[in-house]
Order: sequence, then structure tokens, then C-alpha cells
Amino acid sequence: MRIRNLTLALAGAAAGLMGLAGTASAAEGIYIPNLVYKTGPYAPSGTPVAHGFADYLAMINLRDGGVNGVPIIYEECETGYKTDRGVECYDRVKGENGGAVVINPWSTGITYALIEKATVDKIPLFSIGYGRTSAADGRVFPYVFNFPSTYWNQATAIVRYIADQEGGFDKLKGKNLGFVYLDHPYGKEPIPTLDILAEKYGFTYDKYPVPPASMTEQKSIWLQIRRSKPAYVVMWGWGAMNSTAVSEAANVKYPMDKFIGNWWAAAEPDVIPAGDGAIGYKGATFNGVGTDFKIYKDINDLYGAGKGTWTKDQIGGVLYSRGVATAAYIVEAIKTAQLKFGNRVITGEEMQYGLENLKLDAAAIEKLGLTGLMPPVEITCANHEGQNPAIKIQQWNGKVWEIKTDWIPADTALVRPLIEQDAAQYAKENNITPRSCS
Amino acid sequence: MSEFWFFLEVLLSGLFAGTMYSLVALGFVLIFKASGVFNFAQGTMVLFAALCFVGFLEMGWPVAVAAIVTVGIMVAWAYSVERLVLRHLVNQAPIILFMATIGIAFFLEGFAEFIWGSDVHPLNVGIPNDAWFVGPEGEMMIQQFDLAAAIIAGLLVTVLALFFHYTRIGRALRAVADDHQAALSVGIPLNQIWVIVWSVAGFVALVAGIIWGSRLGVQFALSIIALKALPVLILGGFTSVPGAIVGGLIIGAGEKLAEIYGAPAIAELVSYMSGINNISLGGVEEWFAYVLAMFFLLFRPQGLFGERIIERV
Repeated sequence: MRIRNLTLALAGAAAGLMGLAGTASAAEGIYIPNLVYKTGPYAPSGTPVAHGFADYLAMINLRDGGVNGVPIIYEECETGYKTDRGVECYDRVKGENGGAVVINPWSTGITYALIEKATVDKIPLFSIGYGRTSAADGRVFPYVFNFPSTYWNQATAIVRYIADQEGGFDKLKGKNLGFVYLDHPYGKEPIPTLDILAEKYGFTYDKYPVPPASMTEQKSIWLQIRRSKPAYVVMWGWGAMNSTAVSEAANVKYPMDKFIGNWWAAAEPDVIPAGDGAIGYKGATFNGVGTDFKIYKDINDLYGAGKGTWTKDQIGGVLYSRGVATAAYIVEAIKTAQLKFGNRVITGEEMQYGLENLKLDAAAIEKLGLTGLMPPVEITCANHEGQNPAIKIQQWNGKVWEIKTDWIPADTALVRPLIEQDAAQYAKENNITPRSCS
Repeated sequence: MSEFWFFLEVLLSGLFAGTMYSLVALGFVLIFKASGVFNFAQGTMVLFAALCFVGFLEMGWPVAVAAIVTVGIMVAWAYSVERLVLRHLVNQAPIILFMATIGIAFFLEGFAEFIWGSDVHPLNVGIPNDAWFVGPEGEMMIQQFDLAAAIIAGLLVTVLALFFHYTRIGRALRAVADDHQAALSVGIPLNQIWVIVWSVAGFVALVAGIIWGSRLGVQFALSIIALKALPVLILGGFTSVPGAIVGGLIIGAGEKLAEIYGAPAIAELVSYMSGINNISLGGVEEWFAYVLAMFFLLFRPQGLFGERIIERV
């Protein structure tokens, strides 16, 4: 039992809160609140990503005394992955500690709900690989960033991977795929893109929606898949839906190496419940996995100093690494802003400049000790997704996720016009005049 | 695969799924029988029991020891609920007791997370997880796990039905359910009965938690499976133990058949009426169970096996 640990944790948390209150009133710092979900049915996915994020920021404070010497004030607000609570959290934290410089909603639903508010408040939203795809058009959505890739581009990269497996795009003609998705705005995001890809390459695909309220009961879906035998099944799931799908796929003996989850459907909590049945399951990712990166020397030092936010043996998983990558992008964007505005506490508006001018090439990432953990990005005023959206495919071997491919580029030539079209429609509906980025 | 064998496979897996729902519904029935209260916390009790059990297993305890200690915890939980909540609400309207169970559910969920954290825990207690293939060319697949779960559910229902009908405590439970004051007046210790029934519901929650946890992993989503038990209860009757299993079978088979055969038919009908082609309809099973339950409510409000409601003037 963890009663003793919990008592210690409670005492620590109380002391921490007192410390935080003291810090907030006395010290000046760059305030980064985080809308986390460490409770409820989605907590197995929300907890690691929040700890990765918090650890990286804590490491920057410990190692460098903050960003260019300006400490980071970090605070969490629990949303339970619920949109209403997410909006409440945003309203509660946005003005604290001198004002938030950036907010990660960690939920597509919350991101959608905050786009207008954050734009008015001039606080950038960083929805890394989730949220509204067309927010990649920075002319219409100046305060929303979704690099290093979006759902639509991810769909094109997954289809490209399937084509590679089959020997080329021409081999997709006549094939039938399955698409299992959460019946929710998030799960439906890639459908228009898949429709276009199906028409372009001559394949068909069957849709299998999973209602959120019964995501742990998918038997009828997998019976249909057993009958129709699709060449590949692609999944856009979240939470317990993922682990249920992986278990059911194993139960109906679907070949797991033909089952590909998106980057929110391919982490440890998605495969562990299925046991050995999950071996071979594949998933997309935009970040590396494991602890074999130079940056872990500093993260280990953080834990050595007793300042890590989690238990050390749990770090290094897919979602923890994504949290680390997210925080690293944010720190580098703050540095970019400080280059222009000086090494001081910056505002949300100045952070928007930092994100919009963020340029991290391979050399810069190597210098950070993050090579392989995060892809290079180059953000511009018009393109908030970055110039080279791409995915890697990883595979579960029963113990850890193994990266199986190099970067697979997305079909931006196909997706960018769709993004601009959707953003223009949004601008029209909301009487927004797109800003000029020339 | 021939259509006939596929139909059989769908039907059978629906029946198996139904027995899984029955396992959860049973816990609701027990507490409703003894107190006339719909226990909103039953789903959370499934989660809590499963978390305790898997937590002890992960500490290296043998299965039997982990199960016995977990049952002990559920008995202690029942005692606490009676002492701290129910005892103070005797003779209150059922809606007050129902509201109290909502509070209990939220407390227990937070408490479980506080003690055991929010990780997903794999659970393997040795239930076979392979499949048999039957039919002339092995067309139909039968999951061994589903069959084992159905046998366990059947056994549990039989034992509980016998317990309610043929033991003194069982009869006392039924008397308490009929009228708190009348039961007290003939010397039935109401508080003791409530502890017993919440303990038995805790044991049922543990069995349901082990079965569901073995299938999905022990995780917080287990608490939402209670939603699946509601239509089963409406159909089978809130006071009938065998009703829970029959209701589960009807709901399980009905929703699977509706999803696979009903959804395309509805889509075709909507397509024909609206003139829109290629309508894809899914998720029928989510609402089908509730619509079926509502249909039963219209004609038999007490459910298939529930006690007829007679109000004497």
C-alpha cells in the first residue's frame, strides 16, 4: 500500500503549495500553467504527459535557473479531460502570477472552446498534435499553434506508410481498409482527408464509430472486422477505447502488424492491458521514446536532487517523452522571444512572437540533447504547423515501443489547401479578416 | 464466412456480453432488494475492489490471499457506509438515499485514485483467453474467456438466488426491502442487514471487477460499465436476481444484432427517405439497449421478473 508514501506526498504537496504561494507573491517569473488530467478514465494517458512536461520545466529551473536566468513558475489545473472544466481552469489561471504566457489545453474539445477566448486575451494555445487542424493557418488563428503536425497530415502519412508496405500507392487500388474512431470531433477530424485519399488512390474504407459512453464495449465492431477482413485497420482513439480495441483485435485474431493507431492511440496504457495479444501493434508518433537521449542526464540529475515530479522508474514512455518535447518547444520559443524583447519575463503577446519565429534545426536540437526525441520545426506567421510535418511508425514488442521507420513525410501539397479552405470558412463565419503575413 | 455462421457468432457473443453486464447489474439488484435504493456507487465499487485486488497481486500476494483481503476491505467498506451514512438516513425517502449513494460514489472514486493511483494495471488470474473455432470449416469463433465469464456469472446468480429464497438472512433482506419500519417492528436488525447486503454487493463487485479487469485491464473506465447495467435492470427488474441475468442476455444479444443488422437497415431507410447516399450509421448499440428498456417500461414497468407494484387504498 502507498499510505505512507501518500502521507509524505500530502505533506510535500502542502509544503509545495505554501512554497508556490510564496513564490507567486514574492518572485517574478515566467508563468506557465498547464491544463492537466490526472484523474478519471483518461488519467492513464494524461498523467505521463503532464509529468514529462513538468519535469522538463523543473529541470530548466534547476540546471539553468530558468530561461536565460528568468525562473519558470509552473502550475497545474485539473480538467479531468472535460471541456467545461478546462474552460473554467483557463479562466482561473490566465491572469495569475502576472499572466500566463502560453497554455496547453491537452484536449481537442478544450482547444476548440478556448480559441476565441485565448485570441482575445492574447495568450497562445499550444495544441501539440491535437486540436483544430485548420488552426495551422496562422493568418486566421494567430494565437493557436499545432506543430509539429496535424491530424490531417498524420492521416496522409499513415496512408503513405501503408502504401510503402504494399509496394507503392498504385497497390492501394481496390484495397479495403477499416477506420475505427472515437465518435467525437477528435475522432472525426481525419475523415474528410481520408475521403480524398480514398478517391485519389482508389481504395475504400469502412468507418466504425465507437461511442464515448460505451468505448469499453466494441465486440460488434470487431466481429464485423473479422468478417470483412480489411487489409489494414487505422484507429483514431483515446483513453480506454484504445486498450479495448487492441484487446478485441487480438481476440478476433486480426493481424496486429496491420493495425495502426494514430499518435494518441499508441502509448503504453493502450497496449499493456492486452498482454501478449498486443505484440506487433503499430502506431504513429512524432516524438522519440525511451531514456537513451542526452537530455536524460539532466532529468536524472533532477530526480537525484529529489525534485522530479514522478517516480523515476516510470519516466521515458511515449507520452512522458511527448510532454518533455512539448516543454522543450515552449522553452525554445521563450528564448526566441527573449532574443527580441530582452532576457526578462515575457507576455503572452511576446510569446506569440516567439512561437511564430521558432526555428529549431537538427543542430539546435542536438545542442539541446534532444536529437531523436523531437523533430526539427520551422514556424512562420502563416504556417503554425511547421514546414515539414511527418511521423514515425513505432511497434509494440511486448515490453517497449520500438521506432521502426525514419520520418515519413505528410502530403502537405494535398492538405495545405484544405487547411486554408477550412480556415477561410471559419474566418467568414466569425467575421475575421485574416491578417497579412507577407 | 457464411451468413448463417456469422449470425450465430454475433448472437452468441451478444449473449456472452450480456452475462458480463449481468455481473454488474447483480450488485445493483442486491442493494435495491434490501433498501429500495438504486446504488449509484456500484460501478465505483467494481473499480475499487478490482484496484485493491490487482494492487495486492502486484505486491506479490497469492491470488487467494489478495481475494480474501479484498473481500475483507469490502466488508469494512460496507460497515463504514452503514455507520457513517445509511444509519442516519433510516426512513428517509428513497431519493435521499439515492443522493447519498451519489456522494458515496464520488468519494470512493477519489479515494481509490488517492490510494492506488491512475495507472492501467493488467490482470491475469488464469482465465483462458484463447478461442475455439466451430462449424464445418471452423467459421464460428467462440472466445474461451467469454464462456468462462458466463459460467462464473451463472454460478453467482444461482448461489445468490438460493441465498435469497432459502436462508433466514435472505428472507430478512426481502422484508427490509418491503418496509423498513415493519421489518424493525418484527425484530429484524436493519443496520445489520444493510451491512450484510452491502458486503455481498461488495463481493459481487469484486467478481465483476476481476472479470472485467481481466478483459480490459484494471483502469478507471471500469466505473463507467455501470451504464451498461441500467437497461439490464429495467428489463430484468430491479428486485430479481435471475432477472438480472435474463435481462443481460436479452440486452447483450439485442444490441449486438441491432448494431450489425439493424444499423445498415436504418441507414438504408434514412437514405431512401432523405435521398442522401452513402449514409454510414454506427453506435446503434449505445442507444438500442435504452430504447428496448423504455419499450419494456411502457408495458411492464416492474421489469420481466420484478415484483408487481400494488398500492392498496
